[in-house]
Amino acid sequence: MAVMADTDERQVVPHRRSRWSRTDTLRGWAFLAPALALVVVFFIVPVGLVVYMSATDWTLFGGFTAMNFPQNFVDIASDPMFAKSLEFTLKYTVLTTVILMPLAFFLALLVQEARQWNKFLRTAILLPSALGIASSSLLFYALYSPQVGPLNPILDSLGLMDAQQTILGTADGALWATVVLVVWRFTGYFMLLTLIGVQAIPGDIYEAANLDGAGRLRKLRSITLPMLKPTIAMTMILSVTGSLLAFDQFFILTKGGPNNETLTTVLLIYKYAFETKKDLGMAAALSVVVLLALVIINVLQLRALGVGRSEEK
Amino acid sequence: MANLLTKRVVYYLLTALIAITFILPLAWAVVNSIAPNSATSQSDGYGLGNYGALAVYGEGLTTYLSNSVILTFVAVAACLIAATMAGYAIARFTFAGKGLMFVLVLSILMVPYAALLIPLVVWMSELGLDNTLVGVGFVLALFQLPFGTFVMRNAFESIPSELEEAAKLDGCGTFATFMRVMVPSVKAPMVTVGLFVFLNAWNDFMVPLYLLGPQNAPLPLAMVNMRQQVMGVIDYGLTTAGVVVLAIPAVILFLALQKYYIKGLISGAVKG
Repeated sequence: MAVMADTDERQVVPHRRSRWSRTDTLRGWAFLAPALALVVVFFIVPVGLVVYMSATDWTLFGGFTAMNFPQNFVDIASDPMFAKSLEFTLKYTVLTTVILMPLAFFLALLVQEARQWNKFLRTAILLPSALGIASSSLLFYALYSPQVGPLNPILDSLGLMDAQQTILGTADGALWATVVLVVWRFTGYFMLLTLIGVQAIPGDIYEAANLDGAGRLRKLRSITLPMLKPTIAMTMILSVTGSLLAFDQFFILTKGGPNNETLTTVLLIYKYAFETKKDLGMAAALSVVVLLALVIINVLQLRALGVGRSEEK
Repeated sequence: MANLLTKRVVYYLLTALIAITFILPLAWAVVNSIAPNSATSQSDGYGLGNYGALAVYGEGLTTYLSNSVILTFVAVAACLIAATMAGYAIARFTFAGKGLMFVLVLSILMVPYAALLIPLVVWMSELGLDNTLVGVGFVLALFQLPFGTFVMRNAFESIPSELEEAAKLDGCGTFATFMRVMVPSVKAPMVTVGLFVFLNAWNDFMVPLYLLGPQNAPLPLAMVNMRQQVMGVIDYGLTTAGVVVLAIPAVILFLALQKYYIKGLISGAVKG
């Protein structure tokens, strides 16, 4: 998600008579053609199609069978699995955001000075960002395994786990195991975003505060935190929207188990389409629900951030 | 003095511990992938047995790797071409529909791709692109298009227009000016965009899961498939070897191009 909204037209060449010249239009669209093709074929058509499919009976192997407008949505609204997945997704989102953001903030402050050792540290913390969520999940799946993973015996001997259980075998274990994986994978990314914000704060503000005899905590509370508000808002948006759409990590680590205790809403789309119901119409309806929810959340958050109100350049 | 020294020691101990925590899982993957604990490696000592087993698993490692390479190449090429050209049009020409097109491209950011995969399952087969690496590469390119277009537009806007005017005086046409003068001056932002598309496409799992069968699986999907196919006994040696193979190109490129990664984050954070 980017913070961007300006479409200013500053490049108007003064000698031009009309606002839009014919050759500019032709050239402009010629240069836009590849992007336009991608957008029409792989974005506009699918968005239209998902809305259409959500109003139909469309089975995985039989294709379109009949229109049945509100039925898919009615089914979803009364579906206990949907309610359960929604509750879990929200819980997971709150948990990751609450852990990830303060941790990334703390680390950003810890490594903000430009010394050699800090550069190494930043790289070390950032390194997991190069890995995909899928490979990270596979890696942690092995780490959590009772056969080769070092964590299972440790937790066992500390008495933190029932000897009969595995880490991913209990609802709480699976949730926390996933949170740990996600924190490992994303902390560096959020730390760097915070760091970029911290470094944009003009140094003379701190110097003035030093002259006034402000202590470290005071400077954090009165300068750093308020000046970082836009950065904090942006990282929060990223964390919230990212977590609401969680899929790979749960597909790979838990498959939604045990007992559908870690079923996220996006994982439910996959299950409806290919596993439990083999019903693409129902999966499309659930996709529309997710899509609308995310668009609304994005718009609200962009508004809260002040994007689109006025452009400060 | 003593106080300062204690502070120093605490700082280095704490930060070293943090660094180790983040590196340890990757280091463990490397060690486990060569450890003699796997069901497939027959020998008792450390060795490359898991990698040997991975090479011959299913369609073979080379098939999955080349699937990953083709998919990533298509995504990077398609996104770079579309984003660079669109960024240029938006930065340099004034015409009806330009603003609308820019908003349309940016609106892709609003829509989670998880919601578009169900219609894509149907639509790709209508296009004859189902189960093709090129088709899935285009899908992956689309989702990086907003970031790419945004970065490229900013890059072109920061280039003085005298450069183009000089090329025009020398007799260059619009497209020649673009290729010979403009593109070479935005190489660095193109590397930034290319790196982000690469990391996303190389690592993507969800899009291939919906749209590609086992034969055309890129490595991340193949790793998950093989874990499920080895019924009952999960071969963790094979899994960690696969993770290492996947991580190597991404980590090398990431370390080499860190500067561009940070530039990308500054240009407007990217979807995580």
